[in-house]
Amino acid sequence: MNLPFGRKTALIAAGIGAVLLLGWLGTSQGPLAPAKVTLAKVEQGPLLASTFGIGTVEARRSYALGPTLASRVARVLVDQGDAVRAGQLLAELDPVDLEERVASGRFAAERAASAISAAEAQLGEAHSRAQLADGSARRYAELRARGFVSQEAADAKQHEANAAKAAVDAATAQLAVSRRDRERALADVAGVGKLRAQARLLSPIDGVVSARLVEPGTTVVAGQAVLQVIDPASLWVKARIDQGQAGGVRPGQPAEIVLRSDPKRAYRGQVERVDWVSDAVTEERIVNVGFLARPEGISVGELVEATIRTAELSNARSVPAAAVKRLDRQDGVWQYSAGRVAFRPVKLGITTLDGRSQIVEGLDAGDEVVVHSEQALKPDARVRVVPAIVRAGS
Amino acid sequence: MINLAGRDILHGWGKFVFTGVGLGLLVGLTLSMAGIYRGLVDDGRVLLQNGGADLWVVQRDTLGPYAEPSSVRDDAYRALLGVRGVAEAGNVTYLTMQIQRERDDVRVMLVGFEPGHPGEPGYLVAGRPITRSHYEAIADVRTGFRLDERIRIRRHEYTVVGLTRRMVSSGGDPMVFVPLKDAQEVQFLKDNDALVNERARTAANPAFNRPAVPGLLEAVQASQASSHSVNVVMLRLAPDADQAAVAREIRRWKHLEAYTPADMDDILVAKLIATSAKQIFMFLVILAVVSAAIVAFIIYTMTLNKVREIAVLKLIGARNRTIAGMILQQALGLGAIGFIVGKTVATLWAPIFPKYVLLLPGDAMLGAVLVLVICAFASIVAIRAALRVDPATAIGG
Repeated sequence: MNLPFGRKTALIAAGIGAVLLLGWLGTSQGPLAPAKVTLAKVEQGPLLASTFGIGTVEARRSYALGPTLASRVARVLVDQGDAVRAGQLLAELDPVDLEERVASGRFAAERAASAISAAEAQLGEAHSRAQLADGSARRYAELRARGFVSQEAADAKQHEANAAKAAVDAATAQLAVSRRDRERALADVAGVGKLRAQARLLSPIDGVVSARLVEPGTTVVAGQAVLQVIDPASLWVKARIDQGQAGGVRPGQPAEIVLRSDPKRAYRGQVERVDWVSDAVTEERIVNVGFLARPEGISVGELVEATIRTAELSNARSVPAAAVKRLDRQDGVWQYSAGRVAFRPVKLGITTLDGRSQIVEGLDAGDEVVVHSEQALKPDARVRVVPAIVRAGS
Repeated sequence: MINLAGRDILHGWGKFVFTGVGLGLLVGLTLSMAGIYRGLVDDGRVLLQNGGADLWVVQRDTLGPYAEPSSVRDDAYRALLGVRGVAEAGNVTYLTMQIQRERDDVRVMLVGFEPGHPGEPGYLVAGRPITRSHYEAIADVRTGFRLDERIRIRRHEYTVVGLTRRMVSSGGDPMVFVPLKDAQEVQFLKDNDALVNERARTAANPAFNRPAVPGLLEAVQASQASSHSVNVVMLRLAPDADQAAVAREIRRWKHLEAYTPADMDDILVAKLIATSAKQIFMFLVILAVVSAAIVAFIIYTMTLNKVREIAVLKLIGARNRTIAGMILQQALGLGAIGFIVGKTVATLWAPIFPKYVLLLPGDAMLGAVLVLVICAFASIVAIRAALRVDPATAIGG
């Protein structure tokens, strides 16, 4: 008795099915399966090269006001946020004995003025004495010529006249000394007065008080800031850009600035300065970007993101940046043809922030390259092209 | 010649197939366990390969960065680039952390790398590489993050710009790649409260807060608020450079530890995952033994159920060879069904596992051979039992 024909066929079919199933599992699911990849064509078109950095809002000009001598703060008249005018008194330091020294100087000047008067009077007296002595001397000289008086008497009178003349000179010198004394006293007053003026901290600009650093009663050392005043019109962004990406940044390039406090909005700006000195430790270049229109409610020290447009290529070949790989110290792409891939070295140009890399040479427009792959590819590997490796929304 | 085995199977094919399927699930379990073991080892190897490094330079006397913590100054790479044979260097940091995702959180390994240098993910499955120097991230698909999703890591929000696959730490945590400077900041900056507290603590220290030296406190605080350390410097060597020689040079003159891929493989596979791999391997062995025993019992009981039929066969003069052949064929058939079902289910449920399961064709082949050999051995016991059956039992003796 043999197996019924139908059942035999069914068994054979089941066997073939099992072999096919194993074959399919082996070649499509496991490590032997071809890698799934997505492709993109090399495109020709405009490219915008930009560079990106983060930074903080800073005032271009910030004035730290403090005393030139160690002193105690007597009064602070303004608070943070107050608008101030140039020359306005903002704070005063305790002058200690400066007032008294000014007064003392004034008294010394007054005393010197009195001394001048005394010297003038003495000079007048000396003049008068000199005139009298001179007259007598001349009369005695005439009498002597006629022989009425002795030679000795005439000489004595002449001596008196000479002495009186010397007294006039002395009194003149004394007057000059007194005048100088007064000038010195006045200069002392002016000097101490200037010192006194230094104790009054005046605003150098029309601006805003950005920091009130010490309170009345605090002793500060020379040079320590009491208040900080900034010019709000000079607020700009000090952005730090990785040295590797800072190559094309030049003053005048347009920029977009996003404040951390308002991340939905981009403010327009412009590169105003590229610092000559870059940060050697963090390997960043410092680029100052100014606002075209200063945003409302901006705060100094706020974190911002700055995107600077460094170049615009009107017609360039490009591939998605994800397609560019590095193999044996060589940039290149996996070029697809007929189910297999081959590594094609390329020369790269700029890479845009939205992830497109310019191909300077190595590929032609329309060439198909692998963008995403399920695993690292090897030369001549078999691949299976799919629209997307990761399903959208998964 | 009548195919007794086929006849017998067709007689009770439902029972036979179900037994085969049950056996198949057991085989599938064993194959999966082998796949988990292979996957564990392979994850370690992929971790080494994906950075594209020829040498790992870490803190001296450590097995970093995967097996032990390691800290290297981030400017050490400059000195390393000067070593003969070194072509490229990239700073990399690793930090395992939780990232908030909706109401849940995901455990990830945060990798800080420098785009364009060794350490960056080798391929993407979606999106684009990192082009901005801050606040962009590439995530492994296992994290569950999607393209353009905004994720918050400590203080800042990052945009997921690319997805990659099979980038997991040795512990199986999926990786999230961010620019190095951000990662350094994350490593240092705990949170705002900690930062404020730390500032207050420094300000309370009279050595740093000296009235006669304005600016000292600020300088000290600034120096505290920056991190200049990385966990490893990955090097790529010139094509003609000798890895071991360059590693020796670095060890001797740069006072850092350098590992070649072979060293790293040893550290990772032989040291780091050795225990868990052995654990799984032991389980695999026990599972294989248990499976073999179950197969043997099934075939033995199947035979014992047919004692009467075998006795009848003997009575009508069937030769021992015929009976033995029948039992052996049935056992092998059962094994074949079991293997096919097992291989199929193992392949189908492999992607659902949270960690990577690698089903090697070689393992499957070995599994098939083992299943058939075990079935054949198991059938020997059954055949011995069958041959001892007294033909008299057929007539109720």
